[in-house]
Amino acid sequence: MAAVTETGAAHRRRAQRLTIFAMTGPAYLWLALTIFLPLSAMAYFSFLTDAPFGNKQAFLTLENYRAFFQEDFYRTLMLRSFRLGAEVTFYCFLFGFPCALVLAKTIRGRWREALFLLVILPFWSNALVRIFSWTMVLRGNGVLETLVNWILPGTGPLNLMFSYPAIIVGLVHSYIPYMILTCYLSLQAIDDSLIEAARSLGAGRLTVLRRLILPLAMPGIFAGAVLIFVPVVGSFMEPRILGGRNGTFIGTIIEDQFTAVFNWPLGAALSFIMLGIVLMILLIASPALRRMR
Amino acid sequence: MLKRFGRTAVGLAAAAGVALGAAQAMAEEIRVLNWQGYGTDEPWSLEKFSEHTGISVVHDYFNSEQEMLTKLRTNPGAYDVVLINSAFTRQAADEGLIQPIETGKITHLNDTSPGMRENANFIIDGKTYAIPWVWGVTSFAVDTTDFTEVPTSIEELWDPKHAGRVGWRDDAVEAVMFAAIATGQDINNPSDFDAIREKLRALKPQIRTFWSSEDEWNQFMSANEFDLATYWSGSASRSKTAFGLPVEFVIAEEGAIGWLDGLSIAKDAPNPEGAHKFINWMIDPDFYVAWDTNVGAPASANEKANAGLPETSFNRAVLGDSEKVSKVQFMGPMDDALREKILTLWQETKTYYQE
Repeated sequence: MAAVTETGAAHRRRAQRLTIFAMTGPAYLWLALTIFLPLSAMAYFSFLTDAPFGNKQAFLTLENYRAFFQEDFYRTLMLRSFRLGAEVTFYCFLFGFPCALVLAKTIRGRWREALFLLVILPFWSNALVRIFSWTMVLRGNGVLETLVNWILPGTGPLNLMFSYPAIIVGLVHSYIPYMILTCYLSLQAIDDSLIEAARSLGAGRLTVLRRLILPLAMPGIFAGAVLIFVPVVGSFMEPRILGGRNGTFIGTIIEDQFTAVFNWPLGAALSFIMLGIVLMILLIASPALRRMR
Repeated sequence: MLKRFGRTAVGLAAAAGVALGAAQAMAEEIRVLNWQGYGTDEPWSLEKFSEHTGISVVHDYFNSEQEMLTKLRTNPGAYDVVLINSAFTRQAADEGLIQPIETGKITHLNDTSPGMRENANFIIDGKTYAIPWVWGVTSFAVDTTDFTEVPTSIEELWDPKHAGRVGWRDDAVEAVMFAAIATGQDINNPSDFDAIREKLRALKPQIRTFWSSEDEWNQFMSANEFDLATYWSGSASRSKTAFGLPVEFVIAEEGAIGWLDGLSIAKDAPNPEGAHKFINWMIDPDFYVAWDTNVGAPASANEKANAGLPETSFNRAVLGDSEKVSKVQFMGPMDDALREKILTLWQETKTYYQE
């Protein structure tokens, strides 16, 4: 009798393993095909003298990586891009977290659904359309300038378009839903009775936020920050359109290498250097975050 | 709505039927590689061309010279006619991407201006690799509502009066060539790179934003973002005639950048006979005059074609002025080392522009 149950269990385990394999296999295969293959092709390109098209000769070289360390301006742009990433992430947190808190803890029922829809709405429109609609708002004689001058006559031109703040505005608008959604998920998981207990033990609102809610929401904040920081560091479309003369970042320089100059190897090398630095930052940050949890 | 959709669907089906029938009637075709909307793909002209010769024309497009070269390298035998800027013709010939043209078959060739026909970039080892088609000037255009009189000097771009009001194209070669002209140097072989660097850095307070296409230029100009902006001669004439913008194109006394576009035949072209016919059609004065009058075109390399334009037309009035044209420096071929140097200089300058 015991033996029969055991084989039954083994059988069930094997069936379970098969199911797991069948369910995750296609996803992993897809990821391997769509991410690993192109990425390794790019890694190979980054060590070539020339993009290997037609009968042009290409040789293996480290020159593309050396270029980054030889020219000061690549480092300046890299730092500028990381600063942009940090600032956009910070503003997304500043505006996104309170919104998520209200959604998770205060508002109930149908209102919550309606507000959620408003948060996700930007996701349904094309990124390019979103950015171009900001140009209508920010530019000289645009919506914002007209409005401010109508309320406070004599303010004059605001000169917001083609500036660093314009890029921040556009990027925060594009990426804030990530922060709201990830924070919402971890905030909703906090048991309300925990907060009630804290309040009944005499903790003020700020203490509850600082000692209870923020630490428990940390995984959500961290996930949101990573989802925002990494793509913003490499962003090129928003800086180009909203930044004008102030819109040169490492992302726009990499885009130039691929679309304007056709120096794919240098573009690939710069991308991998950026990827390396991002991974390093995450690696350094993760123990600190684990401790916080 | 439904009704309109139905009518469109019927129309589409009919059009498809016509196209199918046409394809069966004329098996012969040629493939052309060019910028989109740049003359060779004007439908009224292609219709007439196929009526005349029985050849239908299929297009493929590129967005930069580098892309054009890449397409030729990766698709040998796929194209018949390709448009190549004279600065790149020699490189294309050296790489074996284009083949010599039988000049006897191009009956309009003798009407082209001798200086362009015998361009050193087009004739290599006594063989003709390109037929001069159209040419133009890269300089700048001003919004006439911001100026009491049209400026004559390139220094206007650097004038503090226009701080934050200058439009500039984000193109390394063009930027460096402008600075070379402003510092009195040869655009194809600048010797004093430090002077160019200084001159480009001095643009920092001037530039409003970078423009990247004709369409964008028109939008920025009509939104009054620029007092003046770098521009192309043919585009300036289109902005004026087709969009009604109050702009005037300036060829400064210090000079301007000239470019010449030639038509070449790709190596192993599937239909070289048709390619010769099409090139001849493209430099025919009949085609050019209609193109410039109805759409707006750069200046023709065919002297007879230019003479056929009305006297007031931009291409005759501005580019027909031989005194002005004598100041234009034409772009020559550029080796990879110089190109790389120019690119790095421009990226470094753009980094300097960031606060």
